[in-house]
Amino acid sequence: MKFTLSWLKEHLKTDATLAEITDKLTAVGLEVESVTDPAEALKPFFVAEVIEAKPHPNADRLRVCTVNAGGKTVQVVCGAPNARAGMKGVFAPVGTHIPGTGITLKQAEIRGVLSSGMLCSEREMMLSEEHDGIIDLPADSPIGAPFAEIAGLDDPVIDIAITPNRQDCLGVLGIARDLAAAGLGTLISPVVEQIEGSHPSPVNVEIDAPDACPVFAGRFIRGVKNGPSPDWLQRRLRASGLRPISVLVDITNYLTYDRARPFHVYDAAKLNGDIRVRMAEKGEGLVALDGKSYVLTGSECVIADQSGAIGLGGIIGGETTGASDETKDVFLECALFDPIRTTQTGRLHGIESDARYRFERGVDPESVLSGIEFGTRMILDLCGGEASNVIVAGAVPDDQKTVPFRPGRVAGLGGVDVPEAESIRILSELGFALEKQEAGLYIAAVPSWRMDVDGEADLVEDILRIHGYDKIPSTPLPKAANVAKPTLTLQQKRSRAVRRGLASIGLVEVITYSFMDGAIAGLFGGGQDSLRLANPISSELDVMRPSILPNLIAAAGRNADRGVKSIGLFEVGPHYTDDRENGQALVAAGLRAGITGPRHWAAPPREHDLFDAKSDALATLNSCGAPVGSLQIYDGAPNWYHPGRSATLRLGPKNILAAFGEIHPGILKTLDVKGPVAAFEVYLDLVPEPRGKAGQTRPAPDISDLPGVERDFAFIVDQNIAAGEVLRAAKTADKQFVTDASVFDLFQGTGLPEGSKSLAISVKLTPRNKTFTDEEIEALSKKVISSVEKITGGKLRV
Amino acid sequence: MEQISDLQKNLLNDVESADTLEALEALRISVLGKKGQITGLLKTLGSMTPEQRKESGPLLNQLKNRIIDAVTVKKDTLEKAGLDARLKKERVDATLPVRPQTQGTIHPVSQVMDELAEIFADLGFAIAEGPDIENNFHNFTALNIPEEHPARQMHDTFYLAEKEESARKVLRTHTSPVQIRTMINQKPPIRIVAPGRTYRSDSDATHTPMFHQVEGLVLDRDIHMGHLKGCLEAFVTAFFEIDHVKMRFRPSYFPFTEPSAELDIGCHFDGDTLRIGEGDDWLEILGCGMVHPKVIANCGIDPDEYQGFAFGCGIDRLAMLKYGMTDLRAFFESDLRWLRHYGFAALDIPTLAGGLSR
Repeated sequence: MKFTLSWLKEHLKTDATLAEITDKLTAVGLEVESVTDPAEALKPFFVAEVIEAKPHPNADRLRVCTVNAGGKTVQVVCGAPNARAGMKGVFAPVGTHIPGTGITLKQAEIRGVLSSGMLCSEREMMLSEEHDGIIDLPADSPIGAPFAEIAGLDDPVIDIAITPNRQDCLGVLGIARDLAAAGLGTLISPVVEQIEGSHPSPVNVEIDAPDACPVFAGRFIRGVKNGPSPDWLQRRLRASGLRPISVLVDITNYLTYDRARPFHVYDAAKLNGDIRVRMAEKGEGLVALDGKSYVLTGSECVIADQSGAIGLGGIIGGETTGASDETKDVFLECALFDPIRTTQTGRLHGIESDARYRFERGVDPESVLSGIEFGTRMILDLCGGEASNVIVAGAVPDDQKTVPFRPGRVAGLGGVDVPEAESIRILSELGFALEKQEAGLYIAAVPSWRMDVDGEADLVEDILRIHGYDKIPSTPLPKAANVAKPTLTLQQKRSRAVRRGLASIGLVEVITYSFMDGAIAGLFGGGQDSLRLANPISSELDVMRPSILPNLIAAAGRNADRGVKSIGLFEVGPHYTDDRENGQALVAAGLRAGITGPRHWAAPPREHDLFDAKSDALATLNSCGAPVGSLQIYDGAPNWYHPGRSATLRLGPKNILAAFGEIHPGILKTLDVKGPVAAFEVYLDLVPEPRGKAGQTRPAPDISDLPGVERDFAFIVDQNIAAGEVLRAAKTADKQFVTDASVFDLFQGTGLPEGSKSLAISVKLTPRNKTFTDEEIEALSKKVISSVEKITGGKLRV
Repeated sequence: MEQISDLQKNLLNDVESADTLEALEALRISVLGKKGQITGLLKTLGSMTPEQRKESGPLLNQLKNRIIDAVTVKKDTLEKAGLDARLKKERVDATLPVRPQTQGTIHPVSQVMDELAEIFADLGFAIAEGPDIENNFHNFTALNIPEEHPARQMHDTFYLAEKEESARKVLRTHTSPVQIRTMINQKPPIRIVAPGRTYRSDSDATHTPMFHQVEGLVLDRDIHMGHLKGCLEAFVTAFFEIDHVKMRFRPSYFPFTEPSAELDIGCHFDGDTLRIGEGDDWLEILGCGMVHPKVIANCGIDPDEYQGFAFGCGIDRLAMLKYGMTDLRAFFESDLRWLRHYGFAALDIPTLAGGLSR
């Protein structure tokens, strides 16, 4: 909402400076976004007189002017056709920055003639698009006077943001009222004078849609003269960002910004019979003042005559009945439209207008009957004519609101003591009528223009913002006497630990969008309709992601394209299986792509494989406290993994805590990312809660001082026997003394029976009370061999 | 006698001239081993008369000890020389690069979330969460944002595909629905913060379709706006880690708070760098207010008995202000160059004892 300082002062008698006014506006909740003073940019421009204008010796279109520039005579080469001796124009001396061209003037020779300065057009000063000639000022303009001053442009423009609740401040009058209440001056309340009609209105109004338009006041004004608005009106409209059209239209726009009261004027000669306010008929057409055709659906409130719809109520008028320079008789509309219907219609047809903006926030219902009077007054004043009597269809809704008000609530809710009298003063100045009921209780009648107020908290807010939020003393929150307790949930602690854990093993945390390309989501088990966005920002972000991995793979691809050779990424965040509350799961996912590191003199890099993914998955599970030792490895990773190079980590056969492996080459090809990519997903929600409580003592450690013994065995087993199975068989051979087993060699090929492999394992034997004898070691070795042979069907390799 | 002294002389010579550890060991075995020269001589003692033995015994033992000492000394010398030679040979170029070991980083949003968790834990706030996919009740209706209210349009809501059997779901446009969930499920007193992902259909340098917010809610019998100011001033000062931050509470409007405010912090530009805390410019950092009585009532709590405040703040924006990023879009582009530049080390864990940032 933009308006000028002088406009504000028409409603506010004040001695306050511009800075005081803008500070106070922000302090009362009318946030100042900018203050621009057009006089600033126009400072160097002043009035000068052309003494002589001779043809340029070397150019037909140019003139050489001798200019009286305030006591100094200068020579200016000018291209304007209207430059002539004796005219007063706007002069810019050498050194002036010309806003319209962006050039700073220099003394220059133009076709061999010296030019010192410039006579300006309106476009060169960015006042309008006018560039047919230089500005031709009235003959009595004083030479040397600043142009901004004589043109009335020394009027700062204030731009404020109005929150949706303050529809009353979508007019300068409402803004002035807030400032007056805040002590910045006195509100100049406009007196609304009743204008006697000199004749009955030849146009009548009927309302068929009272829900959409409860009341409509109209007036016929005959014999008006339309044309350009007076300068002051044009200036104010331009300052507000509006384009002056004609005085009749400009008056309605001006009052919209002055009183937050939209109007419409119809060229009465173009009306076909009486006006009916009704719901649109389905399929009915309307050409609006924006020049566009609309086909109506039947949900809109229209203003109609016998020809059909001539306007969308509260939003925009129709082209057929618009005012033009030829308009002689007008019908003025001042009506009330339902906010919800206005919003729906405006949104349905995509029409933004100042009227819609106000009606959807709510226009003061009382302004229907006063508005028709001040609207008429302004038309009569600026366009002449004779007003008819006022036609009123429907009735102003009687929804006078009252709110109980306890002055003690200002301190109770606001935390600041405002004397009762001051609270009452503020509310009164804002237009509330207060009636004391008993000590500490008033009934406040809410002014008709305050659509937002419906409770005591609203009154407290009004008092606080006018009194000043800065006067509310800061109060520390009551603090517990003890050390603050931990506040993270288990999942939050886990996410945190996982993030730190993965970052510490070389993965970089990313955060990617929760939505992704539906076509790709399908490859990751997603893309179902329930998770599809109805209004995505682009087709590449149109479904909720079923897995974090596609985003990570795409990110890896982008980084690889930028030349990154070694890529490690992870994200801890949601993936989505359906749109229900528990359809969102917390997942830690990561990948490694490219090579393991830079080329190195001692550690040559390699590509990533399944075991990198397995290591990362186990590190993740370890970080979040999963019982890693009890996990089992199964096949059955989702089908975006390489079927032969992936697995799942499970707690029991059913609870899948993680999947890991190399990404399926087909997927990588579709995503255009070079493989191999080793990835993992850990489903953090499925990791069981830790047993036991925090701060519990731990059992004594199982530490033996006796040296352990390591024995190596090689087994020839069937190729399909998993190494994990061999190790498990070795470990279970003797639960007391066999404490660990690991694979140190894997051999397949010549010398071995077809379809078999050799696995060499190292088994750790730990004595308990005394060192092993050779016989004991021998017996344990035999147990290991027979356990492995029995469980895996393998043979000790001798 | 003469013989022994000659022998000693010769043997000491031999020891001295041994030039490798292997030669010395061979010599030792040939002299002191089981079949060695001196061992042999000592064996002859058994066949001597007591007088002869009395004379030769000490001499032979003395000879043996002399030679043992000499071998030990020589061995030491040779070993030392050998070590010196080995060390010389083993010299490597220490300027060669170490074996590669990449360090990962923590995303600035996670880091700031951890910072917030620290600060609000100290202020006694628990952390609450809610789903990203919300229904209209939690995201709008319960928050006093009716269907056709202009505020609902202001949210640029993402809707999920319309379903016949149930009302249309939305991606939450703010973290405020967590307020509702908390008030419905928990009895006052309540003190929570709720960080999380939020979504609005918007995209430019300072808006992305997904961003992060943190919501705060305090509900009790006597909480007033002074507490709101005190709490947020404490938070802002702690977060920016400067002693004095110029702050301004400005009246504003949110459907779910009454009175409502926005908090601006003072700032100025030092060249191209934004300095937080002092200066003549203002930066809006969060919205807040006293929870609207209707919102409290919508959650089944009596607004005449309980009141409190709520606030909501953009986490990404906080990160940008504190750590100097200028383009929000880069937060979600996964560019390793950006992530390594603005990311945090794994062990750079914010704590109150150690300070939020290193």
